[in-house]
Amino acid sequence: MKAIFAKGLLNAAISILGASLIIFVISRLSGDPVSLMLPMEAPQSAIDALKQELGLDRPLWEQYFIFLWKALQGDFGQSYRWQMPALALVFERLPATIYLATAAFAFSLVLAIPLGVLSAVYRGSWIDQIGRIIAMLGQAVPSFWVGLILILVFAVGLQWLPAFGADGVQHVILPAIALGWYPVAAQTRIIRSGMLEVLDSDYIRMGRSVGTPERLLVWKYAFRNALLPLVTIMGVYFASMLSGAFVVETVFAWPGLGRTVVEAVFSRDYPVVQAGVLVTSILFVLSNFLVDLSYSIIDPRIRL
Amino acid sequence: MSVTSAPTPVTAADAPLPFFVRFRLKGAPWIPILILVLVLIAAVGGEGLTPHDPNGLNLGAAFKPPFWQAAGTYDYLLGTDNLGRDVLSRIIAGARVSAIVALYAIAFSGAIGTMLGIIAGYFGGIIDTTIIRIAEIKMAIPGLALALIFSATMDPGLSTVVIVIVLTYWTWYCRIIRSEVLSLRERDYVSFAKVAGCGSITIFFRHLLPNIFNTLLVLMTLQVGQVIIFEASLSFLGLGIQAPDTSWGLMLSDARQYITYAWWGITMPGIAIMLTCLSSNLVGDWLRDLLDPKRRQL
Repeated sequence: MKAIFAKGLLNAAISILGASLIIFVISRLSGDPVSLMLPMEAPQSAIDALKQELGLDRPLWEQYFIFLWKALQGDFGQSYRWQMPALALVFERLPATIYLATAAFAFSLVLAIPLGVLSAVYRGSWIDQIGRIIAMLGQAVPSFWVGLILILVFAVGLQWLPAFGADGVQHVILPAIALGWYPVAAQTRIIRSGMLEVLDSDYIRMGRSVGTPERLLVWKYAFRNALLPLVTIMGVYFASMLSGAFVVETVFAWPGLGRTVVEAVFSRDYPVVQAGVLVTSILFVLSNFLVDLSYSIIDPRIRL
Repeated sequence: MSVTSAPTPVTAADAPLPFFVRFRLKGAPWIPILILVLVLIAAVGGEGLTPHDPNGLNLGAAFKPPFWQAAGTYDYLLGTDNLGRDVLSRIIAGARVSAIVALYAIAFSGAIGTMLGIIAGYFGGIIDTTIIRIAEIKMAIPGLALALIFSATMDPGLSTVVIVIVLTYWTWYCRIIRSEVLSLRERDYVSFAKVAGCGSITIFFRHLLPNIFNTLLVLMTLQVGQVIIFEASLSFLGLGIQAPDTSWGLMLSDARQYITYAWWGITMPGIAIMLTCLSSNLVGDWLRDLLDPKRRQL
């Protein structure tokens, strides 16, 4: 167990370090990072000062270590648009994104679990067909378009729910559905195939033959085991929601990290883009790491 | 996977026939194929097929609804946008951008990913570890986040979109092709080729590439939908295709502010995206089941 933890942590650290290198290299692609990091109307004195600070006269690898050293201390530079340290801004906006992603994740599970289980139990029935259609549609539409259609129907047409902002629970419903729509497909399919496999196993047939009620068999004995494969991809989907949030937050004007980074790209607020992308990557890597870890706790067989 | 195992029937029976000869036309998803052909015709035909100039302004005809609504006309079948531009013409023009992006992005990410996958799987050892490690590091940055940081640095436009998609998707090919090659390289005919003195290049092109061709075809078909959605998302954010070029994502971005009075503006381009992605996914699934029954749950 300790070995798995240590190895996973090392891998995560290498991935995050690599991500920082990629972010650094891309930010140097344009040739003149100073022009990216300062507003266009910046005075020459500020340009010179930043050049000095970044050590642009030094070799590239040395510049990377300067970047890394500062990043480790939480210093990505000042957001000139918001007049505060970039990392502080990122952490200020992050809770709203995590709230939205959690709501979206909950929505996807609420839809996927009954759909997946019932598709397996009533294989080939109309429920199975509906599950298949939802899966097909979910993977064929961009999440921002789902968001626009939801706004069109529920905010503009029926006027049931607000289209923009984040004042209360009613504000999170539409963005959460838009963001949670995509993973429903994969989750339904994984639960369905997991259930089919488990329902065919000997202990379920045994249970059935001794007269265990079908409801107990499905939900208590089969479902728990069918949940395992879902756990392995949960991290991937939670992480992909953090990334999908970039678009969905923009559609719904949700005040989270995603919209902040997108706006920062437009206002060339480069420190915020760097900090936002690196923090998203760290969350991405860490959630995968935690899932790997929890998986080895749930299923002792993979603890090799 | 030892040298003593019997010759595998896969190479003997299946390989000599080109894949299209083995197509069972019965059960083929004809409607999705038809939709993809229509998109391709629109992409190739471009402005020759549009009923109106996709960029032609006509403020007198702004916000005309589709023809089946009372205020609609047959002149503008799917209605017009805020500047009086014909929605149908712009969807046809946008098909071209989608097709170009998909073509380049899939060709380059497929070629790079496949090459690296073959190299990693075939040579193994430190080369394999290095390539897989780089792929893992790339995957630490979510696709859209990578796109954002790239767009912050480069000027947005078609080539930036293609580069971003290639950077995002090469790992997908690399990992799947690598695992395929890992099993292929243990096959007898590869060992025999090696013993007979074939160089690595010959083994790549004569023995490995033909055997991963089916997988590659399926991956590429399935990628079409993902690329189109990726491009639409970038263009919607304003970081992808730029006016005066048209793309479906850009149309949605333009129509978004007028959502309260022109529902067709955000509906029609979205339906175009959905139909194209749905079709390519269905054709991809069909090809996968047809060519490679092992991977049905891919």
